[in-house]
Amino acid sequence: MSAKPKVGFYWCASCGGCEEAVVDLAEGVLDVVAAVDIVLWPVAMDFKRSDVEGMADKSMTVCFINGAVRTSEQEEMVRMLRKKAQFVISFGSCANSGGIPGLANQFSKETILKFVYEDCPGVDNSARTRPQTRMKDEGDRSLHLPVFRDMVRSLDQVIDVDYYLPGCPPTPKLIMGGVQALLSGKLPAKGTVLSPDVALCDECPRKDSKPTDLALTEFKRPHLAPIDPEKCILAQGFLCMGPATRSGCEALCVKGNMPCSGCFGPTSKVRDQGAKLVSCLAGSIAAKETPEIDKVLSGIPDPVGSFYRYGLPKSMLKRRIDN
Amino acid sequence: MKSASNGSGPKIGFYICHCGTNIAGTIDVEAVREHAAKLPGVAVSKGYKYMCSDPGQEMIAQDIRAQGLERLVVAACSPNLHEETFRKAAAKGGLNPFFFQMVNIREHASWVHEDKAAATQKAEDQVRAAIHRVRFHKALEKKRVPVHPDVMVVGGGIAGIHAALTAANAGKKVILVEREATIGGHMALFDKTFPTLDCSACILTPKMSAVKGHPNITLWAYSEVTKVEGYVGNFKVTVKRKPRYVKEDLCVGCDACIDACVFKEAKFPDEFNQGLSKRKPVYLSFPQATPKVVTIDPKTCIQLKTGKCKMTCAAACDRKAIDFGQKEESKEVPVGAIILTTGFDAFDPKRHEYYGYGRYPNVYSALEVERLVNASGPTGGDVVLRDGRRPEAIGIIHCVGSRDEHTNKWCSRVCCMYSLKLAHLLKERTGAQVYNFYIDMRTPGKTFEEFYDRLLKEGVQFVRGRVAEVNDWAMTREEEGRLVIRVEDTLAGFVRRIPVDMVVLSQGLEARKDALDVRRIFNIGCGSDGFFQERHPKLAPVSTFADGIFIAGACQGPKDIPDTVAQAGAAAAEALALVDAGHVEMEPNTSRVVEEECSGCKSCVPLCPYSAITFDEAKKKASINEILCKGCGVCAAACPSGSIRQNLFEDDEIFGEIEGVLS
Repeated sequence: MSAKPKVGFYWCASCGGCEEAVVDLAEGVLDVVAAVDIVLWPVAMDFKRSDVEGMADKSMTVCFINGAVRTSEQEEMVRMLRKKAQFVISFGSCANSGGIPGLANQFSKETILKFVYEDCPGVDNSARTRPQTRMKDEGDRSLHLPVFRDMVRSLDQVIDVDYYLPGCPPTPKLIMGGVQALLSGKLPAKGTVLSPDVALCDECPRKDSKPTDLALTEFKRPHLAPIDPEKCILAQGFLCMGPATRSGCEALCVKGNMPCSGCFGPTSKVRDQGAKLVSCLAGSIAAKETPEIDKVLSGIPDPVGSFYRYGLPKSMLKRRIDN
Repeated sequence: MKSASNGSGPKIGFYICHCGTNIAGTIDVEAVREHAAKLPGVAVSKGYKYMCSDPGQEMIAQDIRAQGLERLVVAACSPNLHEETFRKAAAKGGLNPFFFQMVNIREHASWVHEDKAAATQKAEDQVRAAIHRVRFHKALEKKRVPVHPDVMVVGGGIAGIHAALTAANAGKKVILVEREATIGGHMALFDKTFPTLDCSACILTPKMSAVKGHPNITLWAYSEVTKVEGYVGNFKVTVKRKPRYVKEDLCVGCDACIDACVFKEAKFPDEFNQGLSKRKPVYLSFPQATPKVVTIDPKTCIQLKTGKCKMTCAAACDRKAIDFGQKEESKEVPVGAIILTTGFDAFDPKRHEYYGYGRYPNVYSALEVERLVNASGPTGGDVVLRDGRRPEAIGIIHCVGSRDEHTNKWCSRVCCMYSLKLAHLLKERTGAQVYNFYIDMRTPGKTFEEFYDRLLKEGVQFVRGRVAEVNDWAMTREEEGRLVIRVEDTLAGFVRRIPVDMVVLSQGLEARKDALDVRRIFNIGCGSDGFFQERHPKLAPVSTFADGIFIAGACQGPKDIPDTVAQAGAAAAEALALVDAGHVEMEPNTSRVVEEECSGCKSCVPLCPYSAITFDEAKKKASINEILCKGCGVCAAACPSGSIRQNLFEDDEIFGEIEGVLS
């Protein structure tokens, strides 16, 4: 029997980018593979549900779970993995706070299903057929589909989580840091986000160019105007989530001359990342009268998608409820 | 110690005040008490008729000691009234006073609702909020900050003079700032004062001289405050000293320059005499002007306007006091307390166009008549009309710009009495028939009613009714060439036309036209009428919502000289109490930057209304001066990374409160 720690990777509602991030460890992944036994990684190797069911409780040292939770199948799997693993790491924005799939919480389940199966251009479904969770096929065989829940949830809204790796996706450096902490047993307090607890401006190369008073007169979207590669992006009128976003990415987007979109989530002291930046920017707009303020704000046509791009389910807004 | 609480967390004591029937009359206090008793953490839940009374406070202190209470919640009145009381009760019991939360179920519930069940429900919601929040409270300490001992008085009318002298006599250094060229204010314009008919100058000018001669008073006339920074006990005031073009320390007010001015005749309206006489570009407002220093008016002086004058004035001054090169100066002074005594503006009777002021030369404002009857006035006290006639009949119209929906709604308090005074003086000087047109006679001061009686006996006529119009359209031979007052005599019950030769408009009192600007400079409030707002109309009548800034006299509302002087004394006493204590205690509800969490985004820096936040360029972090911080919370709300925390308003406390209301 191998004495190496057993490690699992699992994915829920996600794009696959987090899986790529593991591969992005490059040669580093070899160190990881040498140090551990990978006992579950559906994206790379063939595993069945029964394989997981067969594992003894707590037999897995750590399970990295990415993706948000929307379906009953995802719920069952993460609950099972919670039992099997000593540590569960919530991996990436979707697992941490709902991520891009979490933006679906702006719409009710019915609105989503109706659009996808009836109203979406390109759909030809005159019978208005919707997927059923149970049905019999022509051969009278029982078919099952997972239940599509009312809302998207973050992983920690479903199971207990030990640590979080932030990012969309987490950077190789942070992943290695997390893995090494686990392997060495030098663990921070439970619930810690494994990234510096200070906002992005702290490590932003353009920090010094941020003026004291932004006095913003307009908001621009990155495809509408060129971005000066030296100056503070927020000061140029592009919505940059940096001031309200946890650091640790080393300002990757800013170095690529794009504003921070907030994927690392808030610092530990903030409950609602979007509300915080809204509150902050409200004081940074030069206009003082309602019509001028409205004009400035018209530069942010999708406030939820801008301020809550990665964290709607975990925010205080959580989701839309249709009466 | 046995655990009496039914839950984990700190042991909470809850107390509900009946406030007599103020609260208990509308809210079922027993139901609220029972509701609170069942909440997690609540170990003691009690009600009492008057929680703020000594026995009430003692009960709290004893329970804290005997039951080992760790948090205190009192549901009673506004924290403005009794937060300090219960903080002290907590301290007396050995508890940090900030482990306390007050719930206002009086102003916020019992006084504003009639539905008892709903009010009780609301009180329970409020109480739950406080009980949820108080668990998160932290032990805090008030900070003691030393106080600068000097006092500034702004406005040199009788209020400012009295306040300055009172504080100076107590040994404090006082800076008295006056906008005009001389102190004295409105009182210096009057001949006599009601109801005693004291000579105004005789009682005022000794006080003006006392100001000038007082070793503790620095008098800055012809000066204005432009900026106030700092906070209670440690203000930094910027004063603009306007150029008089005369060296104040050299001029003795000998008038030689005035006599020598190239204008042989005075030809510019004399503001002090309400424009009833003329002055030269170089002038002294009145003989007792203090400081007794002439002033050169840059708007009319040829040298200052064109630079081409023979400057005979300068040549005439053997003390070489005239200095056309004088520049405006800006002085910055530290003071511990500020008393505002900026006075009032008289209502402009032109706004009441039906009374013909400005259209008929013989319609006078009351202030003009004050000068006209004054022995040192433009006519030496001889009442001669603008057309040179002596009036045989005079009408005094009360409430001009007072008690009027169209102008000012308030009663100006002094007009009835000064109208009686002017009636007496005019009758005495002219022997004319004098009519008073009044809505109601308001004579509620000491010996005021007796004065009214005296006037009735002197044969002054009183017509009860608001005057509709003053015109010169004669309908009878008797009315020809005279002014006609049309009025409904509400006692006689018919409309009258009363021909007179002179009309006196008893103008009301208003807030200064620039009261709103002054309010902003000193960061105090104004009421809807524009007068400065006192902190409490009964219990803090000379304090403002800005600690360390006091108000007295007519800037707070219309009032007569005795009330003004009384307020000025009160304001001086409040200022003395503040600076004499040597220190002030600062509320600990301030914000602070948690340095290791600050990303240096600077978002907070421009938002602080008190300029308490600076950006440390070396550390690349924001930093808050807790002494300057007033605890408004703007920075804490705006800090996008949650690195600014405000005492008593930390997220846990606020969310606890919200969860309490909603649970």
